[in-house]
Amino acid sequence: MRLAVAAKPGSAKTEQIILFRVSGQLFAVSSASVQEVRSADSMSGAATEISAPGIRKVRHVVRRGDRSLFIVNGAMHFGLHAAEGALLFVLRKTRTALLIDGIDKMTAMTRLQALPLSFCHEERQWYRGLTALDQTVVPVVKPEGFLSVEELALLDAALLQSDNSAAAALLETNSAP
Amino acid sequence: MTVSAELELQSFVLLRLGERRFAVSANQIAELVAPSRVFRFPHRTSRLEGVILRRGRIVPVCDVSEMLLGKRLTSRRFYLIAVRNYGMLKEWIAVPVTGECELINSEMMAASGSDAPHVAGWLSHDGDVIEVLNLDTLTPGPEQLLAHAGSLETAEARP
Repeated sequence: MRLAVAAKPGSAKTEQIILFRVSGQLFAVSSASVQEVRSADSMSGAATEISAPGIRKVRHVVRRGDRSLFIVNGAMHFGLHAAEGALLFVLRKTRTALLIDGIDKMTAMTRLQALPLSFCHEERQWYRGLTALDQTVVPVVKPEGFLSVEELALLDAALLQSDNSAAAALLETNSAP
Repeated sequence: MTVSAELELQSFVLLRLGERRFAVSANQIAELVAPSRVFRFPHRTSRLEGVILRRGRIVPVCDVSEMLLGKRLTSRRFYLIAVRNYGMLKEWIAVPVTGECELINSEMMAASGSDAPHVAGWLSHDGDVIEVLNLDTLTPGPEQLLAHAGSLETAEARP
């Protein structure tokens, strides 16, 4: 007969997270979801303007090879007071670069509680859940929740239209005598 | 009191919101707690103030005063921690109340079709007729969650 092996004390699984602020509000994101952290200024040279109907939170796009990264204003996404973001999180496995105020710190969470069922609107797409850290509750964002499939389709359409207009303008310039 | 009458008595918690009293089935009440810090974060669900931390759990604060009184409470003294049903699932919610609560035994008269959906029934106490609240219709929670309750990942997620 085999006895169950007792769990080793202190072996609770943890996840590294980054605590960051948007319009003063604290959020958390899994460190593994953040591919790069850039200053907003460093990206501004490479960014071009974009305007898609109904998507005010995205004003700029950055081209990287055949990939486009949409810069999402975190404050507008969450409906917070508009703030000039200083940093960008390039989120892994998404097409989102999230504009934030700044990073508070890096830490580890041992427990992620599912968002209570009373929360029943868009926030269910925004958050993976909630975590309690130092007697504070912090929402843990879902990296893929910043742009929906529908929003990405609209942004791609706006990007295509903008590219076509630019190509047409270039053609016109080149064909002028 | 006859045996049959005694069997119909149920326990209720009487709560106060402003000047009015309401009742909730005692089966739904976990505890009454002193106000604690409400943690707020962005969301789009109305009537939800935020969350409190209670016994290691994160409990949403559902303010029902506006719906019941037509105005928000300006003072509150306690949170009534109640069980909210979402189909097969149950979760705690915190309902802000203004006064101390009282446990009573009373007979409930069932609600009629003309009563508001949040009225589970009526009871008579101390000369007052008091609404028994149905917290499941009074507090937020989408109907689609009820339909898909079985497939929802509501258990505590661990990283």
